[in-house]
Amino acid sequence: MNHTEATLPAPNITGAEDDPFIIADTSFVSRIIIGTGKYPSYDALRDTLATSGAQIVTVALRRVSIGNAEDRTLESIDTSRIRLLPNTSGARDATEAVRLAKMARAAAGHNWVKLEVTPDPATLLPDPVETFRAAEILVKDGFVVLPYINADPILALRLQEIGCATVMPLGAPIGTNKGLRTRDQIQIIIEQANVPVIVDAGIGSPSHACEAMEMGADGVMINTALATAGDPPLMGEAFRMAVIAGRRAFIAKLGRQSDAASASSPETDHVRSSDNLTGFLDD
Amino acid sequence: MTNSPAFSEYIRQFPPERLRGLIDGATQRDVADALNAPRLTLANLAALLSPAAAGRLEDIAQRAAYLTRLRFGNMIVLFTPAYLSNQCVNTCKYCGFNKNMPIARRTLSPAEAIREYDAIRVLGFSHILLLTGEDRRATPIEYMEEMVKLAAERFHSVSLEVFPMTTSEYERMVAAGCDGLALYQETYDPDIYQAMHPSGPKRNYNRRLDSPSFGAAAGMRFVGLGYLMGLADWRIETLYLGLHARYIMRHWWRTKISLSFPRLRPCAAGFSPDHPVSDRDMVSAITALRLFLPDADMVLTTRESPALRDRLIPLGITRMSAGSRTDPGGYSGDGEAGRQFDISDERTPEHVAALIESKGFEPVWKDFDRAFMA
Repeated sequence: MNHTEATLPAPNITGAEDDPFIIADTSFVSRIIIGTGKYPSYDALRDTLATSGAQIVTVALRRVSIGNAEDRTLESIDTSRIRLLPNTSGARDATEAVRLAKMARAAAGHNWVKLEVTPDPATLLPDPVETFRAAEILVKDGFVVLPYINADPILALRLQEIGCATVMPLGAPIGTNKGLRTRDQIQIIIEQANVPVIVDAGIGSPSHACEAMEMGADGVMINTALATAGDPPLMGEAFRMAVIAGRRAFIAKLGRQSDAASASSPETDHVRSSDNLTGFLDD
Repeated sequence: MTNSPAFSEYIRQFPPERLRGLIDGATQRDVADALNAPRLTLANLAALLSPAAAGRLEDIAQRAAYLTRLRFGNMIVLFTPAYLSNQCVNTCKYCGFNKNMPIARRTLSPAEAIREYDAIRVLGFSHILLLTGEDRRATPIEYMEEMVKLAAERFHSVSLEVFPMTTSEYERMVAAGCDGLALYQETYDPDIYQAMHPSGPKRNYNRRLDSPSFGAAAGMRFVGLGYLMGLADWRIETLYLGLHARYIMRHWWRTKISLSFPRLRPCAAGFSPDHPVSDRDMVSAITALRLFLPDADMVLTTRESPALRDRLIPLGITRMSAGSRTDPGGYSGDGEAGRQFDISDERTPEHVAALIESKGFEPVWKDFDRAFMA
C-alpha cells in the first residue's frame, strides 16, 4: 500500500506491534509467508516455520489432505498459532480453482484461499484471465481471496476492484530464485494499491526479500529459497531478519542518494535544453 | 466503485499547519532530493514550492519540460469554452456573474446553442467546454442534458464546467455524451472560502470538494481540478491541489486528471486578490506540479497575456483554449451579454496554432473521439 502521503506508523524497536500486517481485518506481526513444498524432511519444515516466524503458511491442496489430521505436512504446523492458507496450485482454469477452493473451505473450516491458476507446467506462470474469473466467483461466494499474479499493474487494480484481499505479484517465475526481475512493475503496483501487496515467487535470497520490503511491499512469500537451502531453519532465520530490516528501512523513509553539491541531477544532464526557460521572469 | 473515504474527510489528515511545516522546513538539500526523486512525495512537492527552491527554478523548469516531453511529446490540445448561461444565484466576490452584478443575463435556448456550436465548429475545434453559472431554475439538469447531447452531435469531446452535481446527475451527463468535468475548488482554505462565497449553494465547501469524486464515480473520463490563484497562499493551495489530484487518481484509476491555473483577472466585480500570484509563482506551481504528477494534463486559458502564455507553453502545458469568449452567444455574435472575465489573449485560433508551432510544439485539434462513448 502506498504510504507516501498518509501518516506512517511509528517504528518500534521491540517488535512489530505498532506496524501490524493486516489482511482482511486480521492482524499479523510477521510479514513473511512461507510455503510447505519441497522440504527435505518434515522436521526441517517444522523448524523453519519456527525460525522464520511466519504466521501464515500455504499448503497445496493437491498434495495435502486438509481434513486429515494425520497428514504429515499438517502435523508439522501448529495450527493454533499459524494460519493455514490453502492454495489452488495445479489448477489450470477458473473452474478447477473454484472447485479446489470450495473443497478447502469445507475441510479447513475457514474461507481464505490463495488463488493460483498455473496452466503451463513449463513456467508455472499464472493465467490472468482464469485468475480474474475465479476471483470474481470466489469473492462473490464469500471467500477471502489472495490472488497470485504476474506483476501486471492493471490486473492488480482490477482484482482489488472486485474485492480481493491482497495482490501477490511475482518477482520472477516460481522456483527460479531470480529475485525481483519485475521490480519496476512491482513498484507501480505498490504505489497504486489499496490492499496489501505481497511479493510472491522468485525471491531467492534474504536480500531479495529485504529489497521488496524496502520498496514498500507489505509482505513476502518464500518457498523454494527456504526449502531447498542447505540449512533451511538457518535460512529461515536469515529471511526473518531480512524482512524486518527491509520493513524498518521503508518506514524510516529510505533517503535518496543525492549529491547536493551538483547543480543538476544525472537524469536531467543529458536532456537539458540549451534554451533558458525561466530567464524571462527576471525581465 | 470503491468504498473510499470522501476527499473532504481525507483532507483532514492534512491541516494547513502540516503543509506549512513541510514548506517552511524545506532545505536546499530537500530541493535537490526532490529534483532527483523518481516519484515525488508530498514533502518533495513542498520542497519544490518552498522559498528554498528559489535559486533552482531553472532546473525545476528543465525537468518539467523534459517530463512533459516524455509523456506528451510536444502536443498541445486546443479547445474552446462556450458559455451557455451567465445566470447565477451565488454571490462569489471575485466573479463577474455574481448575482448582484448588474450585467445583462442570458441563457441560450437550444436553437441559439446550436448556432453557437456551429460557429465554434467552423473555427476548427473538436473539443468543447460548456459553462454556466449556478442557477438550477435557469439551467436545470434536463437543460444540461440537452445541451450536452447537442454538443456531442457536433464535437468529439464535450466537457462541463458548471455547478456541482450528484453522482446520478453526472451519470446522466455521461449518458448524454459528456466525457469530462472541470470543477475548481476556488480555494482549499475553508475560512477564505466562506468569506468569498457569502451566499448561495456555492457556500457549501465540502460539497464542492467532493463533487469531482462524484464525477469520477459516474464515469467521467476526464476530471479537471484547480484553484483560483490569488485567493489564498499559493504554496499551500498547490499542495492541496496535488493531494486532490492524487486522491482521485488512487480511487478512480481510469480517470485522467487535468490541472488548471486560473489566475484572478480584472472582472466586472472589481475584485482585487489578497494573495496575488506573480508570474514567477505561477511558473513555480506549474513546474513543481509537473514533477509531482507527470501524467496530468495542464491547462492554460486565455486569462493570461499572450507574452506569458507563450513562455508557459514549454513548461508543461498540454492544453490551451483559444479564441475564447466568456459571454453566452459570444461566438455567434448574438447580442452582448455579460462576460465572466476579461480575456487577455485575443488572438484567433489560427494565430494561436501558428504560434504554438513556431515554438516547436504541435497544435492538436482532436485528441478524443465520439466513438469512445456508448
